[in-house]
Amino acid sequence: MSTTSSPVPPSSGRFDADAQGWFGGPEQGWGGRFMPEALIAALDELTEAWTGAMADPAFVGEFEHVLRDYAGLPSPLFHATRLSEQVGCRVLLKREDLNHTGAHKIRNVLGQALLTKRMGKQRVIAETGAGQHGVASATAAAYFGLDCTVYMGAVDTRRQALNVARMHLLGAEVIPVESGSATLKDAINEALRDWVASVDHTAYLFGTAAGPHPFPSMVRDFTRGIGDESRAQCLEQYGVLPDAIAACVGGGSNAIGLFTAFLDDDDVAIYGFEPGGEGVDTPRHAATIHAADRGVLHGARTYVLQDADGQTLESHSISAGLDYPGVGPQHAHLAATGRATYLPVTDDEAMSAMALLSRTEGIIPAIETAHAVAGAIRVAERLAVEKGPEATVLISLSGRGDKDMGTAIEYFGLGETKVDLDDDITEEPVG
Amino acid sequence: MSAPTSSTDRTVAFAFATARAEGRAALVGYLPAGFPDVQGGIDAMLVMVEAGCDVIEVGLPYSDPVMDGPTIQAAAQQALERGARTDDVLRTVEAVAATGTPTVVMTYWNPVERYGVERFAAGLAAAGGAGLITPDLTPDFAPEWIAAADRHGLDKIFLVAPSSTPERVAMTVRASRGFVYATAVMGVTGARTTTSDLAGPLVSRTKQAVAEAGLDLPVGVGLGVGNGDQAAEVASYADAVIVGSAFVRTLLDHPDDRAAGLEALRALTHDLAEGVRRA
Repeated sequence: MSTTSSPVPPSSGRFDADAQGWFGGPEQGWGGRFMPEALIAALDELTEAWTGAMADPAFVGEFEHVLRDYAGLPSPLFHATRLSEQVGCRVLLKREDLNHTGAHKIRNVLGQALLTKRMGKQRVIAETGAGQHGVASATAAAYFGLDCTVYMGAVDTRRQALNVARMHLLGAEVIPVESGSATLKDAINEALRDWVASVDHTAYLFGTAAGPHPFPSMVRDFTRGIGDESRAQCLEQYGVLPDAIAACVGGGSNAIGLFTAFLDDDDVAIYGFEPGGEGVDTPRHAATIHAADRGVLHGARTYVLQDADGQTLESHSISAGLDYPGVGPQHAHLAATGRATYLPVTDDEAMSAMALLSRTEGIIPAIETAHAVAGAIRVAERLAVEKGPEATVLISLSGRGDKDMGTAIEYFGLGETKVDLDDDITEEPVG
Repeated sequence: MSAPTSSTDRTVAFAFATARAEGRAALVGYLPAGFPDVQGGIDAMLVMVEAGCDVIEVGLPYSDPVMDGPTIQAAAQQALERGARTDDVLRTVEAVAATGTPTVVMTYWNPVERYGVERFAAGLAAAGGAGLITPDLTPDFAPEWIAAADRHGLDKIFLVAPSSTPERVAMTVRASRGFVYATAVMGVTGARTTTSDLAGPLVSRTKQAVAEAGLDLPVGVGLGVGNGDQAAEVASYADAVIVGSAFVRTLLDHPDDRAAGLEALRALTHDLAEGVRRA
């Protein structure tokens, strides 16, 4: 196991996109930019602004400043001792749930909002599913004094009234989207329609590492602190790199944020856990890499849940934040090259892991995050057998679960009577 | 209805040349296939042919039409809910192209990629289709389509926008065949009360790029035209007037009386066809 002292490893770039946004080059053809000509100039302008900003110490310094003083970063790397005892090896949690607004997403929106200011634009738009990216965008807009419009599926505005209220309080306009299936993908469509007409003065704060170039790479650059920090923290606190790292993958922004720092550490196994919904053998899931086909959605070639004619299918996950029929194209590339492994976690497995982490560590994770916890426990139990108690698994604890209590109340029947939470992961009652 | 003609006469270039010889702009009419159902869509397009459309654009209904406003979204969604398939689109092309009027498909990219680019190009050519308009595929991401189109003699109709740089306009016209589609507004499809003041300058710099490339490539203007007066205005500077949402709106406004819908469609087409002859 390496004990290199450099906190942030130089990237070899072998998993990066080329200038056109292709991951794996045009031959592999993941990503790219399948977009209306009307938006190409704006995407070129954004690419230039982003690459210029990342090379500008003043921008990087200001980004680090707002992350530290406003968002509370770096987040701690926490040794989950009781969970470690249960699984038989060391489990480390990168505590993104402690960030301002409760998830990793604040990193992305602060980066994009700062870039918006740098580009001299005064208005931002965003899409949101459960409302987390919408709240984060409204927060960043308030902090930087930008106008903010959030598109949200009408179905979701009813399911997530609390987040709609938070966005209103933060000064954002929330527009319910009735078209199509009235969920996240339609909110993205509507935001793109706004952007075509407003692009001269408006920036689109895209919520995940998907979409047309440069969004997958730009969002990765703004979230990669998750991995850069936790790699350095792991080396500093334990003197080793982890044997395996794990994150949940919907669009994949927290996952790519964790993975990037470790891509050149060939001994570190990388796992992404996708929403398996009611099972990947049913139509009700959102495990795109594991169970979907290659296609183009929202400007990128990636894995897409689609029918025989290429019409996008509705995805399903108990976790609204993972409920997306596509996935970031760099994940498609990492899966195709075998550098990362993507596996499904069902709704039930995720909910069990939510209960388990709550009761072993006093941490209520977001249901999205619980997918990573459930999958990582499987990996940890295997590593404990193969390598013993010194094996280390590092999980991106991407968000806190307060927002999911409505789902948890319904799923577990919480609140009214004594509840017995069976745990089918460790096969031991944790209640 | 005009009798089927030779295959050369079915090209977009021939239709544009005919219009030009008559001293007018061409009228290009769009409807999505499968709307209100497959046969209903074919019937409507045949009315548009009879009443004066020079080229028909058959839309391939798609679940995520990011360039379309509410009118075309509603029609596409209705077509999909009633089970429209990619093969139905090709069947529609075959029925319309049989009239001798050049017929192109307008589609977002994923359905073509899913069908198979080569298979789609072959199927479109076999159906008598003249080419493809690709609103979310620009030439720099289209090498596979360009190669397939060239193999099958299909037109490649790419788009230019008011935001396109001179370099991109030049690149786009060089990659196009049939005509170049100028999107007149920065925004989604939908009839508008006024035509755009962005369209004229865009057409003139596109025509300049066409001339600089030594090409003979017409420039059509779409997005926003809804009546004969607007058509006349656009026809004063463009080679073709492209109308979509206004046709769709007409059918949406007659959900329970198809005959009335087709008569209204005929009246609208006459108005537009008169408009392109007025300039």
